[in-house]
This record gives sequence, structure tokens and C-alpha cells, in this order.
Amino acid sequence: MAKRYIVNDGKLFKRGLSGIRLRRLSGDEAMEVMHQSHAGTLAEHQGGLWVCKKLICLLAASRGKVKMEMETQKPFQVDVGNLLAFNPFHNFSSLPTSRDELVKECLEEGTKLIQAVADSLFNLPSTEDVDGPLVKLPPPTTKLPREKHLPKPKPPTKWEEFAKKKGIKKRKKDKVVWDEQTGTWKRRFGYDRVNDDKDIPIIEAKMTDEPGEDPFAKRQDDKKKRVEKQEKNRLQNLKQAAKLGALPSHVQLAATALPITGTQAPPKKVTKDELGNVAGMAATSTASGGKFDRKLPGEKPAKKQGKHRKFLPVIEGSGIGSREKEQTENVLNKLISKHSHGILNVGKAVTMYNVKKEKKARNRKNQEGKSSSTSNKLKPKKQLHKKAAKKGPESSKKRKAK
Amino acid sequence: MSNNEQTLRFCSSAIMMRIKTPKNGRVRRELEKRAPKLVETGKKTLILQGTKTSGTLNGVLSEIYHLKKGGAVRFTRKNDNIRPFESGGEASLEFFSLKTDCSLFVYGSHSKKRPNNLVIGRMYDHHVYDLVEVGVENFKSIESFNYDKKMAPRVGSKPFIAFVGEGFENVDELKHLKEVLLDLLRGEVVENINLAGVDRAYVCTAISLNKVYLTHCALRLKKSGTVVPRMELVEVGPSMDLVVRRHRLPNEGLRKEAMRTAKDQPKKKVKNVSSDAIEGTIGKIYIPDQKVGDVALPNKAKGVKRERREAKKKEANERASKKQREESE
Repeated sequence: MAKRYIVNDGKLFKRGLSGIRLRRLSGDEAMEVMHQSHAGTLAEHQGGLWVCKKLICLLAASRGKVKMEMETQKPFQVDVGNLLAFNPFHNFSSLPTSRDELVKECLEEGTKLIQAVADSLFNLPSTEDVDGPLVKLPPPTTKLPREKHLPKPKPPTKWEEFAKKKGIKKRKKDKVVWDEQTGTWKRRFGYDRVNDDKDIPIIEAKMTDEPGEDPFAKRQDDKKKRVEKQEKNRLQNLKQAAKLGALPSHVQLAATALPITGTQAPPKKVTKDELGNVAGMAATSTASGGKFDRKLPGEKPAKKQGKHRKFLPVIEGSGIGSREKEQTENVLNKLISKHSHGILNVGKAVTMYNVKKEKKARNRKNQEGKSSSTSNKLKPKKQLHKKAAKKGPESSKKRKAK
Repeated sequence: MSNNEQTLRFCSSAIMMRIKTPKNGRVRRELEKRAPKLVETGKKTLILQGTKTSGTLNGVLSEIYHLKKGGAVRFTRKNDNIRPFESGGEASLEFFSLKTDCSLFVYGSHSKKRPNNLVIGRMYDHHVYDLVEVGVENFKSIESFNYDKKMAPRVGSKPFIAFVGEGFENVDELKHLKEVLLDLLRGEVVENINLAGVDRAYVCTAISLNKVYLTHCALRLKKSGTVVPRMELVEVGPSMDLVVRRHRLPNEGLRKEAMRTAKDQPKKKVKNVSSDAIEGTIGKIYIPDQKVGDVALPNKAKGVKRERREAKKKEANERASKKQREESE
């Protein structure tokens, strides 16, 4: 029986035989209708259905609204969570002629829809706030695709798996621990902590200890190894998580250079100053005859121009003053010592001396022969340099040879 | 983003890896903002253009940027190598999306074959998810509308969105466009909304099988008898006709993955509340120890009053005696 009645917009309708919804009339309305139908405009006796239709028209006309057709449905799809309303039943049967009319019609339809949303929105329970009434929106009903994948849960680390298997539970540890030695509460970790390696003054020797070993250094090494092992384990856990795509957001795994094996040391990063020094050295080494390589645009001039000469102080005395004396002493000691023939190659010294003598003789001959030659200009200078450099040992050699 | 890293080096099997973590709290917070979350906050939009744009298209792009001021990034240079509908032309878009953390993009370009072209697309995991290509006609910018400036909608307010027309239900392309427009226009999903702050609405009507009229209006709430005010729309912002040209739906598999939602959010733990089968919900209240001696007495006992009176008298006497002494000296 109940299915014959339908509620629409707060009014009760009964489904009639022909399918038209018959509106339930109130008492007064019924009286008026009867009065009109039998004595008023509808004089003749008509069929039931036709009478019904007429009645509706009458009532509508009496109210000022003309409803010739059946009540239209208003099933807007309203999604309050998104403040969205959709009317899938509207169609432009004939396209409006001008743009303005089109715009007007669109706005009208839009207004209706937005009114429908507002109806549900303003009827939600609201709380008073400083700026105005706050309303808690329901979650949106239209599903939209996500922008990123769902976060994957982190896989358990090796320790967590082990703990689960063995039934080890986490115990909450306090940040401060009572320190017996000093009689105060100290931190468990960090600055001024309880069991600091560096604070141990005495380590008792055990029978198993090797004689030459430093137990303090050993302790430090052990700690280093433990830390390294822990870092290795941490990396393994993170790699495992990365494989499953569940790496924590602030961690990134980056590949580094291949490991260096053998006795090679890892390449040190060169500083700016060191590079500058090396560049300077290379520049002097590539120079020849006093001519240096052309400087590139933007290259700064070498820091130290000319040969690097270190002059020791002339004043004799202690400290740096006695260095010059020491230097010459060292050289003499080496030469005069037992194995001096290893240092001084007598044969070579003799040939050098002879070659020099011959050169000198040749030069004198050439000078007499030729007026002047550019080579002369260069040679004496070179000779001077060589003499200056070899003055020390050569003079001693000469003395020795003689 | 350049991270200040703490690097830890060591050997491990064949591939050497090191862990990079940010040394800065600011960088760490930024990374956490960009990480995938269970419940997602608003999507950011990337607005850019191709090799050639027209005047109207420039206007359209800048107005969309203004409408979405809080959550949009605007690129003003031309990008030759972006061709959304071609297989290789999306790499640049994905790179930009990754760098700016935007999952919606609006790409404008102008050519003879496709005048005033706008490609609106969405990203999933910074890869192109779906695309809709529309042409813009009859564009009217914000400046061309006359309205009372006081009613202008404020930046960042949540808009009402209305879709009118059976085309949105029947035609495939319009259905897709409806979904994309909803994503583009709705802004952040909020739980609480201030009813005094609703002041804008977007109205999209399907004029024909492939045309949609989109307009942005300001809302005027007028008094009506009930709690619900009467709505009045005043056209304020840009209005344009969108002609659907091409569209690309996502793959089925990708769509299913993207539509997946977090099933049950882990219930927030309420402390000191437990439930019992017999007694129901039980709560624990912790009261701090009472300091009996320090509490002020509620009713003023007679003795207390008398003591105070006597103390006051004593003070007055002392003061009087002091004064006498001073005067005498």
C-alpha cells in the first residue's frame, strides 16, 4: 500500500492508475474543488481523469502559477564536499539567437544549481567563529585521481625482524642516567655522557693482552669498527626499502665512485692554492731560455717570479744562524767520510774538469778568430750560473782531486 | 633543489652507494611536503606556453594564473620541445612537473591549424596521466566586465562549481572535460569552511556537442526568509567558449591505480580512554597532588580577620613611632 504514495518536495502524492501523481488535497482545497467542479466552471460531468487535470489547473491558476504539465523532477547531482552541482537533464532545445541571451540562460541555470548546493550547505550544523559561522563539510563524493602514489609502508629492518622472531620488546630508556663515579645524573649520550671512552683514566692489563698494544687506541679502533658496521647495516636496510619503493622522503641514495683497492690512497681533493703552486711549477718547467709559455686570458701572473732562492742569515749564532755552518759541515762530513768514494765520482769529476778546460781553450781561439758572436753573450752568463751552482762541491772536489 | 648533504662513505659489494640526508631543517621540511601522503592536499598547476601564442591566449593564461594565485606556477618562456600528444614530447613537461611539484598543467599554443589551443593535463607520479585539448573562443577578460568592485571574490576562496547540460553525461569528451575542469577549478579540499567567505562560482554549460561555455561569477547572498540565503550570480571574471578538439584518456591500469584511496585511516589514538565490555567506555583522569598548606582558604575565618587587623595596627604604630623619632631628631 505504501508504494502507492510518493513524497516529493514535502508534498504527498498518490500514484494514480494512469501513472499521474495525484496530489493529496487538504480539507479546504477539497471543498473548494468540489464546489467549483460541480457548480462553477465545470458544469458538465466529465470523465474522472479529465476532471483531475482540470482541478489541478484550477488550483494552479488560483495560486497564480500555471502548471500545465506534471511536476518535473529536480534531480540535481549535488556534491557538497566539492561545492559541486550537476544538472544532467538540461538541454538547449533551440540555441538562443544572441550571445547575451545564451549567457543569461546559462547564468539562470547556474543560479538554480548553486542554490541547490547552498541549500544543503547552509543547513549543515555550524559553529560560531570570529569571522563567521564555520561549517564542517562532508567528504567529497566525486572521486578524482590522486596526484602521487599511495605511500608504501616501510619494510621491517633486519634488527626489527630479529627482534620479532626472538620476542625482544623495546624498552623505554631515560635520557639521564645516574653516574656512580661523579655522583650526578648524566646524559646517556651526547656531551658529558655517562660512559665516555675518553674519560677512562686506567685500563687494567689482562693476561691475554699483547705487550706492544695500546689499549686506549684499541678501544677507539673497536668503536670505529662498530660505527662502520652500523652504517653498513643502515645502508643495507635503506637499500632494501628503496627496492620496494618505500624510502623515507628525506633520504636519497646516491652512487659514488668505484672503490679503490690495493695500496693506493684515495685521490685527495686539491685546493686552490695547491693548484696555483703546481701551475707555477709547470710554467717554470716548460720555460726555456728565459721564455715562458704565453699566458691564457684571465690567468693570473705567477706568485713567485724568478728562481726560488733561500738565503740563510749571515750572523752566526744559535738556531737559524748556525744553519749555514751546519749545512757546510754536513757536506764536508759526507765527502771526507769513509765511504766518500760513493758520493764523489772521481773519474767523472776529472772528465768534467778536462772538458771545461778544453772548452775554455776553444773559446779563446774563437774569440781571437771571430769578432763577436751572439753565442758569446749567452755563454758567459750560463757559465756564471753553472759556476755559482757548483761552486761549493766543485771547489771541494778540486781540493780533493789535488 | 640543492641539498646540503651529510655524506657517509664506505664500501659495499659491487655498487658503492652513499646516503644523502639534508643537513637543513628547512630542506627536510620541503622534502616532506613533496612526499606522497595518504590524504592529499591541493594540486598545484603549471601554466606554460609553446612556440607561438596569440594575444587572447596570453590573456587566458594570465587570467587562469590569477584565479589560481596560491597554487599555480607560471612559466613565461616559450618551450619548443613540448608536444603533449606525441609520445616523445612529454619529457620536458614531466621534468618541470617534478621540479615544481605540480600535477596539473595548462599548456597554451597557437597555430593555424589549432588556433588558441589550450591543453589541460594531469599527472600521476609526475608522468602524464590524461590530456584534454580545447580551443578558446569568444574570450572576455576580467577587465571587460563592469561590476561593483566591492563584490569581487577574494583570492583563494573555495568556489561553487555548476555543470549544466546533458552533453556532460552523454558525450565522452565532455565527460572527460568535466572531470578535468573540476580538478582544475576546485582548489584545496577543506574540512571546515567559513560560510561568510563563499563568494565565487564557476558555471560551465554544454552549449552543443563539443562546446562548453565557462564563466566565473561572484556570488551575492541576499536575505531570504530561511537560513539559506538567496544566491545571485554576477559575471565578474573571464568567460570563454571551450571547443573540445582532442583528448586522451588514461590507461585502465593506471586509472585504477590512481583512483585507489587509502582504505581506513588509522584512528587517532585517544589517550586515557579505554573500553570495557561490561562497563563501556572508561576514562582516566590524572589529578596532581594537592598542596594542602598552600591552598587559600575559601571562607574567611574569624581568626584570620582578627590577625590581619592586629597586624595592621602594629604597622601603623611602628610608623607613628618612626615619625616621632624623625621629628625629634
